[in-house]
Amino acid sequence: MILYRYMAEAGFFLFVLLIACGGFVAMRARYLMNAVLGLSLSLLGVAGLFFYLGSQFLALMQILICIGAICIIIAFGVMVGPKPKLEAERRVTGRRNRALAVFACASGFCLLSAAILRANWTKAPVRSGDFSVKYLGENLLYQFCLPFELISVVLLVAIIGALIISGIGRRKQPNDA
Amino acid sequence: MMPSDNLTSYLVIALFLLVLGIYGMVRHRTFIGMLISGEFILNGAALNFMAFNRFLAPNPAVGQIFTLFIMGIAAAEAAVIVSLILMVYNRYRSIDPAEVDDLKN
Repeated sequence: MILYRYMAEAGFFLFVLLIACGGFVAMRARYLMNAVLGLSLSLLGVAGLFFYLGSQFLALMQILICIGAICIIIAFGVMVGPKPKLEAERRVTGRRNRALAVFACASGFCLLSAAILRANWTKAPVRSGDFSVKYLGENLLYQFCLPFELISVVLLVAIIGALIISGIGRRKQPNDA
Repeated sequence: MMPSDNLTSYLVIALFLLVLGIYGMVRHRTFIGMLISGEFILNGAALNFMAFNRFLAPNPAVGQIFTLFIMGIAAAEAAVIVSLILMVYNRYRSIDPAEVDDLKN
């Protein structure tokens, strides 16, 4: 039994390693497409952590929506948009600027993680441990019906708006006709 | 206590995603790179919600529903931003934020 427990822990660290490696690739990629691949690797790690947090449904949704939809949209944006140019040339140049950025992010990380380690979290007195999809669906359709409908409308409006915006961009193109 | 059964480890991982996103937002000099960094930040927020949902919250469905909403918002945001990037590229022939400066003067 204890062996399975340690294997589960090893899987957890594997997913954390995936997140870290994906983030590293996305930040240091030479080409934008590599950055998209790093992002999808990192999102896969987050999906694994969702699995460890007790929600298989959310893990699958993360793979389906974030990796399957968002990363593909961004990849299309990379392919259709600019011609592949070295991303590294266009970064913030100068050693001083980069050191400042790293310093700001590292200090923010240290400050906030110190706050997290010191905080005393209290559990809710009564907790129901039902993580099933059935319970989730009931909550979504009874208690959270209005936000659910709202998010559907937001998605519809965003898609129509995206189509219209890209259509306008094509019509106003200067040296086209 | 094992790290995978501890609220603090998940919060630190989510914080790492947030800091990574902010660093990328500063570092990348293309709109698409900034969009990628924004996705990192949104996923850090989602991981935070899921961690609190697993360890502290009274109703375990609420955090999952909120995470689903974050995913939906992220998808809508990505679609709109990519179409905006295409429009900007058609007009300026560049996706460098420093070159899109018609309103500057």
